[in-house]
Amino acid sequence: MIETLTSYFSYTFVKYALIAGVLIALCAALLGVSLVLKRYSMIGDGLSHVAFGAIAVATVCGAAPMTVALPITIVAAIILLGINSSKKIKGDAAIAMISVGALALGYLLLNIFSASSNVSGDVCTTLFGSTSILTLSQTDVILCLALTAVVILVFVLFYHKIFAVTFDENFASATGTNTKAYNIMIAVVTAVVIVLAMNLVGALLISALIIFPALSAMRIFKNFFSVIISSAIISVFCAVAGIFIAIIYSTPVGSTIVAADIAMFILCSLIGKITKRA
Amino acid sequence: MALINISDVALGYEGKPIVTELNFSVNKGDYLCIVGENGSGKSTLMKTLLGQKHVISGKIEFGEGLKQTEIGYLPQQTEVQRDFPASVKEIVLSGCLNGCGLKPFYSKSQKTAAFRNMEKLGIADLANKCYRELSGGQQQRVLLARALCATKKLIILDEPVAGLDPVVTQNLYKLIKEINNEGITVIMVSHDIDAAVEYASHILHICHKPLFFGTKEEYVNSDVCCLFTSNGGDEK
Repeated sequence: MIETLTSYFSYTFVKYALIAGVLIALCAALLGVSLVLKRYSMIGDGLSHVAFGAIAVATVCGAAPMTVALPITIVAAIILLGINSSKKIKGDAAIAMISVGALALGYLLLNIFSASSNVSGDVCTTLFGSTSILTLSQTDVILCLALTAVVILVFVLFYHKIFAVTFDENFASATGTNTKAYNIMIAVVTAVVIVLAMNLVGALLISALIIFPALSAMRIFKNFFSVIISSAIISVFCAVAGIFIAIIYSTPVGSTIVAADIAMFILCSLIGKITKRA
Repeated sequence: MALINISDVALGYEGKPIVTELNFSVNKGDYLCIVGENGSGKSTLMKTLLGQKHVISGKIEFGEGLKQTEIGYLPQQTEVQRDFPASVKEIVLSGCLNGCGLKPFYSKSQKTAAFRNMEKLGIADLANKCYRELSGGQQQRVLLARALCATKKLIILDEPVAGLDPVVTQNLYKLIKEINNEGITVIMVSHDIDAAVEYASHILHICHKPLFFGTKEEYVNSDVCCLFTSNGGDEK
């Protein structure tokens, strides 16, 4: 088994997949804690579908996918996260509406103005990231590194503000914290992580990476700091384990990582239950 | 000059006034209870004092060097907080945030201040406990300690005893009175007129218009008080 692994790791693309997988898992886990606690678990799913729609529009217009997808997703994220509280359509409904709408319109556009011979294959790749994590270029990996550095920096510098805004937005704004600005900051970072990550690992994986590690960590730990740290560790561990298993048993990478996250969640729930009784 | 001076203020949503003709002032060391029925405009008034809403007309002035962002606030609990993984220490410290400005971390003096406030409210031994595992009364003490971290002058309490049992309620009222005796001005929004009469120094009774503003002694002898306490069934 170790031989199989070492032989695989002589390939650059496997190394790239591992680095990118770990970095994206780390970013997603950090953001995930705040998003799950703010009751925005579906945001990963919603925004990745928006990005899918935007990529479809870009493909049809012949524009570069990223230049269209990134701004559109950021705007969608700000609308959903930043100014949601004052809107008439509430959180979950707004996310569901935008998510399903963007997915349907994107698929419709791709079908009407079909540029490739295998539309459903393209759609499948975008949504499930079936192979994309194994075809990363060096630029992609550098992009991941830069992104991770930014996300970690934001979390270190604004940790206490993020805590305050997540725990009690009402109190934070009353005592002079600019909650709107921090909500928009979280929204923008979330959008950027999701767009880049979905391009690399697929929409399915990124939404799972946002919610599972955070939920697993919350089963066991009882303060915000340890939840954030352990969620990052759990996420990275599951990503690595998932990639290894995928290589050894030649299963699809994205869904294997998600399966590892699910197993970890069950384990953490059990540990949480047992330690509570003790 | 008074701590807060409110002259001829009208408040409401989307330009439609809910409460009008507000005229009152709060002095340093006062304990003001704002009482009234649901929908009478108490919460709107409180949000305006905290800078979360704008007045439709009239003027609110802060005196004695009080800044709007230096008001300690005890909000009602939200659904998010009920299963939030946070320690008591983390929550109390977050009250110091308005003293941080752009600095990313808390200073040593802020940490000592937070600890002192925890001791004052008798929750120092719970510092590392998880907030969601505390009792309702303990949770309110945690949020009160956080409010004290955010201010040196004034705290605003939004129905602090909602959902607490009678014994815990009385203890919390006594605690708030002690805080008031130490020189911190208290404004409390409440349904509980009996407690307001017992603990407050001033009372503002509103029902879209101010029905009464004055000291507790004046209130007890007023028509408004007789009306609402003699057939108190309206209130509860």
